[in-house]
Amino acid sequence: MPSDANFAAIWLTLRLATIATAILLIVGTPIAWWLARTHSKWKGIVGAVVALPLVLPPTVLGFYLLIVLGPHGPVGQLTQSLGWGVLPFTFAGLVVASVLYSMPFVVQPLQQAFEAIGVRPLEVAATLRASPWDAFFSIVLPLAKPGFITASILGFAHTVGEFGVVLMIGGNIPEKTRVVSVQIYDHVEALEYAEAHVLAGGMLLFSFLVLLALYSRKGTSAWK
Amino acid sequence: MTSRFIPLLAGLMLVVSSLAIQADEVQVAVAANFTAPMRKIAAEFEKDTGHKVLLVFGATGKLYAQIKNGAPFQVFLAADDKTPAKLEAEGDAVPGSRFTYAIGTLVLWSAQPGFVDNQGEVLIKGQFKHLAMSNPKTAPYGAAAVATLTKLGLFDALRSKFVTGENVSQTYQFIVTGNAELGFIALSQIMTDGQLSGGSAWIVPADLHEPIRQDAAILANGKDQPAARSLIEYLKGEKAKAIIRSHGYDL
Repeated sequence: MPSDANFAAIWLTLRLATIATAILLIVGTPIAWWLARTHSKWKGIVGAVVALPLVLPPTVLGFYLLIVLGPHGPVGQLTQSLGWGVLPFTFAGLVVASVLYSMPFVVQPLQQAFEAIGVRPLEVAATLRASPWDAFFSIVLPLAKPGFITASILGFAHTVGEFGVVLMIGGNIPEKTRVVSVQIYDHVEALEYAEAHVLAGGMLLFSFLVLLALYSRKGTSAWK
Repeated sequence: MTSRFIPLLAGLMLVVSSLAIQADEVQVAVAANFTAPMRKIAAEFEKDTGHKVLLVFGATGKLYAQIKNGAPFQVFLAADDKTPAKLEAEGDAVPGSRFTYAIGTLVLWSAQPGFVDNQGEVLIKGQFKHLAMSNPKTAPYGAAAVATLTKLGLFDALRSKFVTGENVSQTYQFIVTGNAELGFIALSQIMTDGQLSGGSAWIVPADLHEPIRQDAAILANGKDQPAARSLIEYLKGEKAKAIIRSHGYDL
C-alpha cells in the first residue's frame, strides 16, 4: 500500500491535472476554434506557438518559467504588484506551467474536430436563423464531442505525466508541489526502490489504461 | 565471394583500432557541487597526460543508482564518504582506491548583497519566504543544512519555508533567480579564485554539522585502466589541490 506521503502526492497530482484540464478546455476551445476557422496570416504563428511544448524539452520551459515568473521577471513583477507574490514553489505556479505544457494536447484534437465539422452545418443553422452562439452550443459542441473527450483525456494524462517543468519550478514541497513523478524520482534517488515501484507501477498502469480507453473508442480515430 | 568481405573486414579493423585508442579515455561521475573545480582539473589533466576525460555531473544518490545499474563510469567523485564506502563493500569499487579528495564547506547564501549577515542572524529574524536547500535525503549538503538548523534550534520554526532542489546546482538556481531569497549551498559554487563571486554569505561554522568529507574511488569498470589510476593520482597532486582549495574546500 502507498504510504501517506505517496497518497499526498497522488492527491496533489489528481487535483493539479483536474484543474489544469478544466482551464485548458476553457482557454483551448476558442483558440482551437479560431485556428480551425481563420484564414489570417497569424494562423501559422499561433499554431506554432501552441505546438511548441511538443518539441521543447521541459528544461527549456522550466528554465524560462523560473526566470519569467520569478521576482525579477516581467510576470513575477506583475503578480507581485497585484499582491499575489511570485508563482514558483506554489500550486498556482504548477497550474500555470501545466496549462502551457499541455496546451497542444488539448488544442490540437479540438482543432481537428472543428475542422472535420466544416462550415456547412453552421451555414444551414444560419439559414434557420440560429445565432452564432446558438449554433455553436447546439451544433458544434455535440458534433465535436469525441474531440472534447480526446482533448480532456490527453490534457489530463499529459499533466499527470509532467516531470521536468515541475522539478524546475516546484521546489519539491510536500502537499504543494511534490507530484507523483517527482516523488518517484525522489524515491529512486534515495534508493527506496520498493516505494518507487508502488508509484511507478501505478503510473504505468494508469497511463496504459488511459491510452487503451482512447484507442479502443469505437468508430473514431485516436485524435478525433 | 571472399573479396566482398575484405572491405567489411577493413571496416571492422578500423572500429577495433578506434576502440583501442579510446582506452585512454576515462569516464568520471562527479558530485554536482564539485562541477567547477573538476572542469578545471580535468582540463589540466588532459593537457598534462594526454588522456581524455568525460565528466558526468549529478546528485550522488542518482550517480550511485546509475553505477549499480551498469553505468560505464570508471572513477566516482562523490559528495560524501558513505556512498563510495558502500560501493566498495558491494564490490563495485576497487578496494583501497578510496580517499578524501576534498572537505566541503556549507554556506548560507543570498544573491542580494547585504541580505545574509556574517553571523547567520538572518535565520533567526526569519524575514524571508523561501529557504532553499538540497534534498537532505540524497544530498550531503542538504543533510548538513538540516543538521545546522537542528543544532541552532530553528528547524521546526523554518520548516514551512523550505524549498528543496535535487542537488546543490538546482538549489543555486533557485537562489540566483531570486525565487528563494537565500539558501544553503556549497561554498565552491560561489567562490572562484578565493573570492566570493557575488551576493552575501555566511560560512557555516564546521562544528554545526558533521564534516562533509567527499571521497573518490576507482570503480570496478576502471580496475585495469591506466587513465583511471592516473586521474586518481593527479587528484592527490599539488596542482589539483591548489584548484580545489581555491574553490573554498578544505583538504
